[in-house]
Amino acid sequence: MSDIPPNPLPGHKLPHEDYLNATYGMRSWLLTTDHKRIALLYLGSVTFFFFIGGLFATMIRIHLLTPTGALVTPETYNKLFTMHGVAMVFFFLIPSIPAVLGNFLIPMMIGAKDLAFPKINLLSWYIYIIGGCFVLYSFGTGGLDTGWTFYTPLSSVYSNSAVTPAVIGIFINGFSSILTGLNFIVTIHTMRAPGMTWFRLPLFAWAHYATSLVMILGTPVIAITLLLAGLERMFHLGFFNPALGGDPILFQHLFWFYSHPAVYIMVLPAMGVVSEIIPTFARKPIFGYSFIAGSSIAIAVIGFLVWAHHMFVTGESTYAALTFSFLSYLVAIPSAVKVFNWTSTLYKGSISWDTPMLYALGFIGLFVIGGLTGLFLACLGLDIHIHDTYFVVAHFHYIMVGGAVMGYVGGLHFWWPKITGRLYPETLSRVAAVTLFVGFNLTFFPQFILGYLGMPRRYHTYPPEFQVLNVLSTAGASILALGYLLPMLYLTWSMRYGQVAGQNPWPATGLEWKTDSPPPTENFHVTPEVTWEPYDYQNRPDLGLVAGAKPLRPAHGDD
Amino acid sequence: MHRTGELYGHFETLEQQKESAALGMWIFLVTEVLFFGGLFLTYTINRHAFGAAFGAGSNTLDIKLGGFNTVVLIMSSLTMAMAVWSAQVGKKQLVSIFLVATLGLGTVFLGVKVIEYKQKFDHHLIPGHDFDMRYRSEHPTAADDPKEIAIEKEELEKTFAVDPDTNAHAQLYFSLYFGMTGLHALHMIVGAGLLVWLIKGSFAGRFTPRYNTPVEIVGLYWHFVDIVWIYLFPLLYLIDRHR
Repeated sequence: MSDIPPNPLPGHKLPHEDYLNATYGMRSWLLTTDHKRIALLYLGSVTFFFFIGGLFATMIRIHLLTPTGALVTPETYNKLFTMHGVAMVFFFLIPSIPAVLGNFLIPMMIGAKDLAFPKINLLSWYIYIIGGCFVLYSFGTGGLDTGWTFYTPLSSVYSNSAVTPAVIGIFINGFSSILTGLNFIVTIHTMRAPGMTWFRLPLFAWAHYATSLVMILGTPVIAITLLLAGLERMFHLGFFNPALGGDPILFQHLFWFYSHPAVYIMVLPAMGVVSEIIPTFARKPIFGYSFIAGSSIAIAVIGFLVWAHHMFVTGESTYAALTFSFLSYLVAIPSAVKVFNWTSTLYKGSISWDTPMLYALGFIGLFVIGGLTGLFLACLGLDIHIHDTYFVVAHFHYIMVGGAVMGYVGGLHFWWPKITGRLYPETLSRVAAVTLFVGFNLTFFPQFILGYLGMPRRYHTYPPEFQVLNVLSTAGASILALGYLLPMLYLTWSMRYGQVAGQNPWPATGLEWKTDSPPPTENFHVTPEVTWEPYDYQNRPDLGLVAGAKPLRPAHGDD
Repeated sequence: MHRTGELYGHFETLEQQKESAALGMWIFLVTEVLFFGGLFLTYTINRHAFGAAFGAGSNTLDIKLGGFNTVVLIMSSLTMAMAVWSAQVGKKQLVSIFLVATLGLGTVFLGVKVIEYKQKFDHHLIPGHDFDMRYRSEHPTAADDPKEIAIEKEELEKTFAVDPDTNAHAQLYFSLYFGMTGLHALHMIVGAGLLVWLIKGSFAGRFTPRYNTPVEIVGLYWHFVDIVWIYLFPLLYLIDRHR
């Protein structure tokens, strides 16, 4: 395959000058204020952390092949699942879609030249890197064994692992997230092109607006919480240490006040991606635009009111638990609004099975399973049975991996022609999408059963009767790993050898598709003016989309 | 990112640029509210749990220095507001004068804070192995008023009778005292750095009625830091104070 020379599609040429070749050299990248280049810096660094987290996951799954544990000591096992969680949650999932796709697309989607604060945007990347270095230092000098939740007083007093640098790293990294959220909110408020009204914003932008709200309101709280836990560890203070009069439950409240909404930082942007992909490949206006937009905000708001459902077994008041249980059920409503609207968009659409669409459909299915099992966990009585079991592990992996990561990889494919100017190979990528879906389900569905049967999470051994399901899960993880490696390989390949995509290969109706691929540094040669409604696949003669005409087929890389 | 005069290239107009900067600062202040919010919550829960020990902690603080600092900080907010106004109406000299005054008052505040911290250090009120609420009343210096020491001793005995773990719980109070005032002082230091940057700009005559965004948004920040102190002062110094 690597012998095929670059072969532009008829009529499409790469633009003479774009953001990738406008300037050259290390300096032009490390000191860039171009949101598109910063997005690529993030793309590289989150991929690096995805590898680190993936490596730990691989070791966990190998270890659990046998009931007594096949690979590491119990202490090392504690470190593996902790470091897997920390790397994946704080350094991959939270920045993935917002800092890569959001950074790249939001200014273009609203017709702006850049984010409102380009220097702060670059600063956020450096903060991320500095935080990441601290965490890597912790991983390399003793590891981390507290669980990604850092519960006190284990983390602040008893743990013998390198907690302090990890806490400092996550504290620092939080500011990167805060600055990204701040930048998005201001940009969406003040930088919209003429005619880009609030209700003409792409749903991707709405989703990121909601995500940014969670980022700016939640992240400072985890920052101060980890700061206090860190101070407690370093100076032997007692905020959360019952031996000194402190309150460990207070830590859990403060921790989950951020860390539950953080789940919505991961999944809301993925919902935004799906809202863009579905109408494009159903060739229909999105159903219920304002409901999807509003449900993003509703999820962000209600998401802040449910945190103590992580603490049903801490002995919190029954009335508090009832309230938090009820509010947790309530989040299902805006989530379901989205799912119903996506399926209604598909109804009688002219659907094609392009790779981004496969990911979007996969997202809907996995998100539904992840969401419904969330309701199991929000149920007070049932939660006591499945609390801290593999049921929980399976549930949140369906949301975070099945939801957020599927959205991320799907979005990468969908906008890859815009980012690089070239198409990925279509057949291979469809194979990869199916591989990923199969591998994911085989990895995590057995864990629902394991959890329901009573296998606790975070244990390094298990009774022999659980071995079959654990081996199935590990087998699934190997397929899943292949599903991730394939896109990494062919996407890299396509940067040089993929077919030239042209401005709008799908075609899609968003503003970002009205400029060159890859776009020029200032995004648009002329400031665009928006005169159309969003997702209007019938009245866009400028894209060749007219009511009654035959729908246009997407341009494909190799078929 | 190119810029023409004061206008950065990715903005269309100066108004748009100013609106973005101001909104950005407001949102940043929202994040600051939540950042301090975690500390205020921790304080509230512990104050509720250990009222007697926290009250004893409050009584060790020097209300005269604290009150003086409160006045100093409110004055600095006034001079900051005047600096913003001067920039808006184009009185370039006044901008510099008021900015320097604000920086001066901020420095006075930090200086007084150093004196207060030093006192706590001398009285063994830094959380750690040497922490001892009774230290001051048992080791009075020549400068201390014997009557005051006697009252302090008596009150401490009452507190210890109510809460035998006063030393442990008062350490929580002082952890929070140093945490909250320390974080506030850190914000003051950042603010002082920003003021130095503004003063440099104002000496160069950069701030005009057409362009004064930096003065305005640093002003917002400075007022926020001031407001935090307006909450810290009663919470730390005034509740349960009777001396």
